[in-house]
Amino acid sequence: MKLLLLALRRLAASLPALVLILVGLFLLLQLAPGDTVDALMAQMGGGDAAIAADLRRFYGLDLSVTARLGAYLWRLLTLDLGFSAIYGKPVASVILERLPATLLLMTGALFFAFSFGMALGVIAARRVNRWPDTLISTLGLIFYATPSFWFGLMAIVVFSVYLQWLPAGGFGDVAMGFTGWARVWDTATYLVLPVLTLALIFLAIALRIMRASMLEVQGMDFVRTARAKGLSDMRIVARHVLRNALLPMVTLIGLQAGTMLGGSVVVESVFTLPGLGRLAYESVVQRDLNTLLGIVFVSALLVIAVNFIVDLLYARLDPRITG
Amino acid sequence: MSGPTRREVFLMTGAAMVPMSAIAQATPRRGGILTVHFATEQRILNPSLQASTGVYIVGGKIQEPLVDLDAAGNPSPVLAESWESTPDGRAITFKLRQGVTWHDGRPFTSADVQFTAMEMWKKILNYGTALQQFLTAVDTPDAHTAVFRYERPMPLGLLLRALPDLGYISPKHIYEGTDIRQNPANTAPIGTGPFKFVQYERGQFIIAERNPNYWRQGFPYLDRVVWRVVSDRAAAAAQMEAGQILFSPYSSLALADMTRLARDPRFEVTTRGNEGNARTNTLEFNFRRPELADIRVRKAIAHAINIPFFIENFLGTYAKPGTGPIPSVSTDYYTPGSPQYGFDRAAANRLLDEAGHRRGAGGVRFSLRLTPAPWGEDIALFATFIQQSLAEVGIRVEVVRLDAAGFLRTVYNDHNFDLASGWHQYRSDPAVSTTVWYRSGSPQGAPWTNQWGWTDAGIDRVIDDAATEVDPAKRRALYGEFVTRVQNELPLWMPIEQIFLSTFNRRMRNAGNTPRWASSSWYDTWLAS
Repeated sequence: MKLLLLALRRLAASLPALVLILVGLFLLLQLAPGDTVDALMAQMGGGDAAIAADLRRFYGLDLSVTARLGAYLWRLLTLDLGFSAIYGKPVASVILERLPATLLLMTGALFFAFSFGMALGVIAARRVNRWPDTLISTLGLIFYATPSFWFGLMAIVVFSVYLQWLPAGGFGDVAMGFTGWARVWDTATYLVLPVLTLALIFLAIALRIMRASMLEVQGMDFVRTARAKGLSDMRIVARHVLRNALLPMVTLIGLQAGTMLGGSVVVESVFTLPGLGRLAYESVVQRDLNTLLGIVFVSALLVIAVNFIVDLLYARLDPRITG
Repeated sequence: MSGPTRREVFLMTGAAMVPMSAIAQATPRRGGILTVHFATEQRILNPSLQASTGVYIVGGKIQEPLVDLDAAGNPSPVLAESWESTPDGRAITFKLRQGVTWHDGRPFTSADVQFTAMEMWKKILNYGTALQQFLTAVDTPDAHTAVFRYERPMPLGLLLRALPDLGYISPKHIYEGTDIRQNPANTAPIGTGPFKFVQYERGQFIIAERNPNYWRQGFPYLDRVVWRVVSDRAAAAAQMEAGQILFSPYSSLALADMTRLARDPRFEVTTRGNEGNARTNTLEFNFRRPELADIRVRKAIAHAINIPFFIENFLGTYAKPGTGPIPSVSTDYYTPGSPQYGFDRAAANRLLDEAGHRRGAGGVRFSLRLTPAPWGEDIALFATFIQQSLAEVGIRVEVVRLDAAGFLRTVYNDHNFDLASGWHQYRSDPAVSTTVWYRSGSPQGAPWTNQWGWTDAGIDRVIDDAATEVDPAKRRALYGEFVTRVQNELPLWMPIEQIFLSTFNRRMRNAGNTPRWASSSWYDTWLAS
């Protein structure tokens, strides 16, 4: 009950921000030259003015900006995200189709980045200023400094073009029509490279934070006390240091879940995954306002949800923090 | 290190083997899946409603036009078996193929042709609405005859050259009584073609499979066609190398990747099969700028740009200097000998001086804004080249880059540009999509039309006469006059001629064997093992 109340309070606090973002984005897109009919004309390779006028009526673009904004917000109240101009079906179903790829990519990358980042960070902190630390820190710096599209393309060149171990792109083998476990395995092979590519940069950040935070906690009084008590080294690291050093990491997860949703545009394009990032990019280029606003809305909800879980985790890790 | 590496030796032996295996497999093999690069997803896939290469590449395998082009570029029968025109060009009769069925089993009849022509070509199809603007009715005396009736004479040659692109037929029984723009069949097309639509996953792929009841007995050879949506060009090139994609149409890969793949014996990069999709690079002048309204300035700008140098260094062997709005692949209407503006920097400077634009501070005469279209790497390169070339003669150019929607709005609706550069697509006959660039009276906002603030009554008259001239020889003479006149006036300049490039995996056979092959139905295409 307390949890539910907390969740509701969080949501209520985020609502004004959400509305501001949606209205702001709507107005911002009005400033971009051209509308969705111009984008369609570009795709069609031309057409006369009567066709354009006809299409503007069809897409409801003959109304004023305020009328369209009002209509959009009114529909949103009834949880109707509207109709997508480029896909010709409700925005909600368009987003629902694209959500699995993005969620798989995001959770996979987050899981990989933080588990390996944590492990490498702990190792580096335990061997600080010795060769494992230097090696791990250098690797982290390289991962952090390299743009992910380059990593992606290089991974494709090495693993798909030369070694032919993994597929170069896509989301499952379309020709074979796998079902059941075969399909799960098939999809997994398509996700290995994009997940790794997306994860590397976050892994670098995670390991640096973890290393610094481990070093900080290691020097604290209670660690000295634990050691004086005669606890084993393993137990000190696992129970006392790690648990306290995890707090900044959990914060990072909350912050980066949002970044990853947006940051996957590049990875989704390079690996041709049907995710939200590419959909958002396409919507901007095609001036499909409803779809874009819908994506922002859904992404905002996702970020709110992730941050809520992070808050709960805080309380679990450190009983002094309560909701 | 000298001498070939192991990899090079391997590649060389591969190159030597290709012709042999081609000979060994001269008899078509049935089966196989052709995977195709689909670079830009379209809103609809029905070519009766949208005339664009992005639609033909998919819809052209599922639906069929009345006529297509044969290997020599002449109209060849598809759903229409024969045609004839009355001498006055006001009634054109098509005899339709019998025994053809739609993918859902219903028979194909003249009612489908009538419905498609009146409700789709005349009302919705881009370029179709202009072509069929004087179509008053389609009579159907029987189930296999369709008579097109025109208010003004329609040259048979024009109609037959336009129909491969603008003549796709849709099923009346699916569309009648519905909102055509919203019909679900627009993204799940039902046609008469060699391949039946199976599935479209947005952002991922489209699948079509062999139509077992196809009217061409024994065709098609392929089991399936799968289009893979790949918007990133580098990723698409990698997928070609990994064998995930066998064919990339319409210059959809990066120039650097195509150059690289052309040297790889597994691939062929060629203009073959795209001759019907010629385009010219444009330089469009806004006459609302007083400087540009002066013919001497326009000629000076043309003289200042070294086109052969640009082509040689940036576009390679796949482009050549253009001579005007009608490209040289148009055997019927190409007119050599029209006025040309070769590279001559001294002449450019002299013309600018004569026009009264003396060099001011820093040697600058005046400044212009150049807005390049965002499609095609060559346009971006050409914009930079124009900027540097014009700096040499004292015209400072600021390049304003916009995305597709922004470009069309800014140039063709808001007229907020001085120079613009993009592509003009030539669609087999000048009346389809070429003369609109010059004819005055296009409403504001119509893309790729005369929005320059320039009119010439003489040129308008030639354009109108040619569009309704039924005598082929007279038509040809009128277009000769048109080219000469516009090259004299230079309201826009079309200095480069290009043909789209196809990148084929060499396993593909009967690929690129007609002038609009990428758009055609692929009924005879097969894959070597």
